[in-house]
Amino acid sequence: MTALTLGFDLLLAAGLVWLGWQALFLPRRFAAVVHFMAFNLLMALVWVRLEAPDIALAEAAIGAGVTGALLLTALGRLPSAAAVGSHPQQWHRYWRYPAIFAACVGAGWLAWGVQRLPRPGLAAEVTAELDATGVSHAVTAVLLNIRALDTLLEVAVMLGAVMLVWSLGPALRPFAPATSLPGLPALSRLLHPLFLLVPTYLLWRGAHAPGGAFPAGAVLGAGGILLLLADRVGWMQQPRFKTLLRLLLVAGLALFLAVGLGGLLLTGTFLAIPQALAKSAILAVEVATALSIALMLMALYLYGEPGR
Amino acid sequence: MTEWHEALSHLLIVAGALFFLTGSLGFIRFPDVFTRLHALTKADNLGLGLLCSGLALQAGGLAEAAKIMLVWLLVLLASGIGATLVASTADACGIRPWQNRTGASREARREPHE
Repeated sequence: MTALTLGFDLLLAAGLVWLGWQALFLPRRFAAVVHFMAFNLLMALVWVRLEAPDIALAEAAIGAGVTGALLLTALGRLPSAAAVGSHPQQWHRYWRYPAIFAACVGAGWLAWGVQRLPRPGLAAEVTAELDATGVSHAVTAVLLNIRALDTLLEVAVMLGAVMLVWSLGPALRPFAPATSLPGLPALSRLLHPLFLLVPTYLLWRGAHAPGGAFPAGAVLGAGGILLLLADRVGWMQQPRFKTLLRLLLVAGLALFLAVGLGGLLLTGTFLAIPQALAKSAILAVEVATALSIALMLMALYLYGEPGR
Repeated sequence: MTEWHEALSHLLIVAGALFFLTGSLGFIRFPDVFTRLHALTKADNLGLGLLCSGLALQAGGLAEAAKIMLVWLLVLLASGIGATLVASTADACGIRPWQNRTGASREARREPHE
């Protein structure tokens, strides 16, 4: 059995390297995007093998699903002359050796960092503190209580990405499908109850099992993107919902910051949540963050600022 | 879980994997987008159904088994509608289905791709 799992792991690793290479160096952009999506699916499997189902969920939903669809729709908007990327040979001749050197230095640095990691990790410390965090799942406890600052900054980075995309210009008109079959609207309508049910389930589960705001936001966002592609989310484009959209986009970050500042007032430490309030505060932050993440993923698909 | 259950579950999983293999083979070997869609959607959906049934037999409880079968139902729905959309878009973009005419059949067989 161990030989079999070792073989599987080696196959996974080799597949990852090959798919990564193909995604970077295939001249045809469509093929590169498909390889990138397959790379992310394999990456999710790798996280499962590393016994990190939380990251695997987020990787499969965001990496393979949402990012892949974002790249594909972006590709669909490019003129057909741009389907083949520039051949890498022209520029990579001069940069080959510096790049190899930089990669080796980076790999060496990572290996050194891995050597210096505390062994056997911080799992025992987290388990000891788990009762004080308000949730019973260690990953959620770390993400939203013990290392909440990291999560706060991640949400801020996502908001920054949305602002960057919006700063490029006005939102593009939705894609006009080549056929007028009712398939896409029908699919989004059929799946809509599930796109609401599954994130709620994932959010609720987050307190005691793998799940939480990021996977929930990703699944909700995926449902929203399906609606966007079917041109069913007119309100995001309308000027009178401009303020509401912006408020909802920053809701997660704002509530997170409010909780952090509340902690500063109550206990004297930024982001320290008093134990009595921990469960409800974390739940509120998770709901707001999931909603904001879903809307941010949808906002990226507008390829520009709506209502400008 | 009895031994009989386990044997049946393994049998279903192997059968499912074989259907996936057939579907992938068809995807590589078939000449155009329509025939490839046919291979992928039909063979893979049946394969996934067998695979999910096999896994559901090994599940810890009824709720877990129902969740695994829900995965199959969702994929059925998505891939059925997705395949229709891909095929009708290809048709609208002017891609004609490949036809094995007797005169051109040998030429077509020599170069089944692109």
